[in-house]
Amino acid sequence: MGKRIGMEVAIAVAEAVGLCDIDMAAVYPITPQSHIAEHLSDLVANGEIDAEFVTVESEHSAMSAVIGASGAGARAFTATSSQGLMLMHELLPIASAMRLPICMAIANRAVSGPLNILNDHTDIMPQRDSGWISLFVENGQEAIDMSIIAFKIAEHKDVMLPVNVNIDGFQLTHMVEPFEMPSKEEVDRFLPPFVPHATLHPAKPVTMGAFAMSDYFTEIMKAKDEALKNSKKVIANVLDEWGKMFGRNYKLVETYKSEDAEVIMLTMGSMGETAQMAIDDLRAKGVKAGLVKLRLWRPFPFEEIKAAIKNAKKLIVTDRAISFGGPGGPVFSEIKSAMYAATQRPLIYNYIYGLGGRDVTVGDFIGMFEKVLADTEHKAVDTYEFWGVRE
Amino acid sequence: MALKTWKELPIGCVVSEPGSASEYHTGSWRSQRPIWDNAKCIKCGICYVYCPEGCVQQTEDGFFQADLDYCKGCGICAHECWPRAIKMLEEE
Repeated sequence: MGKRIGMEVAIAVAEAVGLCDIDMAAVYPITPQSHIAEHLSDLVANGEIDAEFVTVESEHSAMSAVIGASGAGARAFTATSSQGLMLMHELLPIASAMRLPICMAIANRAVSGPLNILNDHTDIMPQRDSGWISLFVENGQEAIDMSIIAFKIAEHKDVMLPVNVNIDGFQLTHMVEPFEMPSKEEVDRFLPPFVPHATLHPAKPVTMGAFAMSDYFTEIMKAKDEALKNSKKVIANVLDEWGKMFGRNYKLVETYKSEDAEVIMLTMGSMGETAQMAIDDLRAKGVKAGLVKLRLWRPFPFEEIKAAIKNAKKLIVTDRAISFGGPGGPVFSEIKSAMYAATQRPLIYNYIYGLGGRDVTVGDFIGMFEKVLADTEHKAVDTYEFWGVRE
Repeated sequence: MALKTWKELPIGCVVSEPGSASEYHTGSWRSQRPIWDNAKCIKCGICYVYCPEGCVQQTEDGFFQADLDYCKGCGICAHECWPRAIKMLEEE
């Protein structure tokens, strides 16, 4: 049986990864991810886990090292944040094209500039098209659970893709929370040994990451897109397996009081819990408010999202990043595209909020609902607004 | 060699046959080919040394020629040949 403990989330993520029989980790420290790097390094140095911890000189090297290790057949882990993720960027599509099931924890933090170490989603959004499976977590328990689940998804023979788990920096990584840490035996029962699709071995030489010209590039991109799309059902199945074993059930898209809701809010990551409190307050006042939380960002769960929001009159999409000079927030853009051909769809509003660690309170969420409810002439539909910006 | 469909690609495009790159004839990229004038050639081997493809070979009589399956027609051999024995000829 797992045991109930209180611990800082970043440390707990390292503990959880330590239960997964990793062979290798290469993690370069960066705020607010550093505690994962430090604690994992301690676990290796203390002999608590039998793995190599490669001390690299940058995040570019960290990602390069895990690509090499995974190619050699190792279960490999890394973690980063913000500028570190940006430095890894050029290697991310290579890891996914080579179908290497690397797992990475991202302690989400604003991208410079100006330099800011606090939480938003501007680091992960530019990585959207890298061909990685991208999960978001809402609290410490989910951060631990997803860190373990990620390996099972990534290494499934029908998936073989890298997975990143997005854990809001500080707002989650530095919280001390109570949660249930699975035991080693439980994780061993849940997570089978890694069987790579190919390995670098002198006895059976193969080439990984070979050159491809225009005669093959289109087919390779198509195969990668299909691999990502096909991973969705495996992800749902693995989450179900986890639920059956540990009693904590996760879905690709979570809903809260959304069934009969007239106005639905959509969040991703740690904001979900605060928004949930706003829903309760609004319901107490008689407002038919509901919440939809997006757990899976890539592959995008189009059908699940459509089913979750189709009966609402209005939908408030919240974003913690902005596509400058573009359509607003990246989540907003995705939801609009998902609903374009639907015969029944809500009016969609977009608020960009919580940038660079700015606090978002229950009152802020209620304010968004009130503003959208007051828009009886639908003037703000399909537009975006920086919530709380000083004019 | 028939081109594979996307469904037929190995996972991660892993190449499982060692040395199979030699099946890819990069000579098809060529727009010019090197022609040796053996009357001017002094058999110094500069063309052999400089060829970035490693496709210039010495024949039994000591002169040189390019393996046109792999020669991309870059012209480095002609540029480096100081007795000016190599000319680049446009491919038809």
